Amino acid sequence: MPLVSIDKVHKYYGENHVLKGVDLKVEAGEVISIIGRSGSGKSTLLRCINGLESFQEGAIYVGNQAVEDDELKLRLLSRSVGMVFQSFNLFPHKTAAENVMLAPQLVLKKDAEECKALAKKLLEKVGLGDKLDAYPANLSGGQQQRVAIARSLAMSPKVLLCDEITSALDPELVGEVLHVLEQLKEEGMTLILVTHEMNFARDVGDRVVFMHQGKVWETGASDEVFANPQTPELQSFLSVVR
Amino acid sequence: MDYQVNFSGLVPYFSTFLSGIGMTIQITVISTILGLLVGTYCAAGRISQQRWLSSICAVYIEMTRNTPFIVQLFFIFFGLPALGLKLSAWEAGIIALVFNLGAYSAEIIRAGILAAPKGQWEAGRTLGLTYRQIFIHIILPPAYQRVYPALVSQCIIVMLGSSVVSQISLEELTFAANFVQSRTFLSFESYIVTAVIYLFLAILMRQAFTLLSKVMFKAPAL
Ligand SMILES: Nc1ncnc2c1ncn2[C@@H]1O[C@H](COP(=O)(O)OP(=O)(O)OP(=O)(O)O)[C@@H](O)[C@H]1O
Ligand SMILES: [Mg+2]
Repeated sequence: MPLVSIDKVHKYYGENHVLKGVDLKVEAGEVISIIGRSGSGKSTLLRCINGLESFQEGAIYVGNQAVEDDELKLRLLSRSVGMVFQSFNLFPHKTAAENVMLAPQLVLKKDAEECKALAKKLLEKVGLGDKLDAYPANLSGGQQQRVAIARSLAMSPKVLLCDEITSALDPELVGEVLHVLEQLKEEGMTLILVTHEMNFARDVGDRVVFMHQGKVWETGASDEVFANPQTPELQSFLSVVR
Repeated sequence: MDYQVNFSGLVPYFSTFLSGIGMTIQITVISTILGLLVGTYCAAGRISQQRWLSSICAVYIEMTRNTPFIVQLFFIFFGLPALGLKLSAWEAGIIALVFNLGAYSAEIIRAGILAAPKGQWEAGRTLGLTYRQIFIHIILPPAYQRVYPALVSQCIIVMLGSSVVSQISLEELTFAANFVQSRTFLSFESYIVTAVIYLFLAILMRQAFTLLSKVMFKAPAL
């Protein structure tokens, strides 16, 4: 059974038909890269998976949990689905460690000591063991994004959604964030990445999903898709971005 | 103009001024704390998805901000007894001040809340927090920090505005000044001394708030 199963999902913003029957199955431990032009619905798809956006038709399952328009169910779902944003969205009034600790403390009701130890462990894992008490404003973009990843991991999600998480970074900081993703892949984490980093998608991603006009236009093993794109749309997309 | 300034004439009334100052500080502290509490709840109510709640808060805020303070005070002290609600001058004064600060600070705090990027709410939802938890732990603290200078000014306005409650015979600083003036006829001296005391209280209050901000806001300016 796939970990994430997306079945004929349609999403409208008012009149705007944004997702036009998206089908996608993601197995546990898989790393999926979603690529495609601006406006093709990549972010919207990710946001439907964790319930930040509702959809009108179709079904999404994470494990055996259906994504439904119900507050309580969505809160439960959010424990299985982590998300990292392009703009980090760290809590500016909390230190790196406090950012990581907040959800385990409030949502999982773990005690403070346990959360502190968890925060330390996770921040060390992303290479920020010396920044526990730093505020986001005093961290570089790459460091902030790694704190954001640690914050998501603190809820032990089954799948991590990443929406262009390196796009807001200076080029020299991209590597450190991608390195953390590679590490997560090795540990068997399921990753769904919307990305403009084609090299990373090819080298680290197991599978590539090319979205076009609200549909999964073409999909396949990463190396094959990049070496041998089938549809003219993907061919032209790749020729532009490369 | 050969008026002989006579500050020494006020010396016998030292303790009158002192107890006036005490009362001014007391009602200021109480109504600042309660007023900010009311303001926070109202700001939360104002942004609520529940239309009725948001409307109630909006009506309260607009009514309070668009009528004179002294009329509100008189209504509470002289008007409400007609409905059977009799309040002491102290109670009426506090209620009026809390009402006033509640409405003004609600608008200030709301501005701070609305300035929170959408991503902050989304990050909270993604982590599985409830609306209430997001509001209290993620949105509110930076909101306070953003609007802190405006809030401080509003609280100082409340302290200065508390002089109006002398009108219902609450024995605070301005009441003391009126009393001393009526006994000594030293109007010039009484009121200039009172003005200087208010000035000092305002400066003191501002410094207390600055100190408080150092304890409350550890993160760099947002
Ligand atoms: N909150 C919203 N309200 C209305 N329309 C929206 C909203 N968010 C996205 N859209 C529309 O949905 C479509 C898909 O947007 P989406 O953000 O999913 O694209 P994307 O593939 O992520 O693009 P990009 O590469 O620029 O991030 C666009 O036409 C966009 O205008
Ligand atoms: Mg996007």
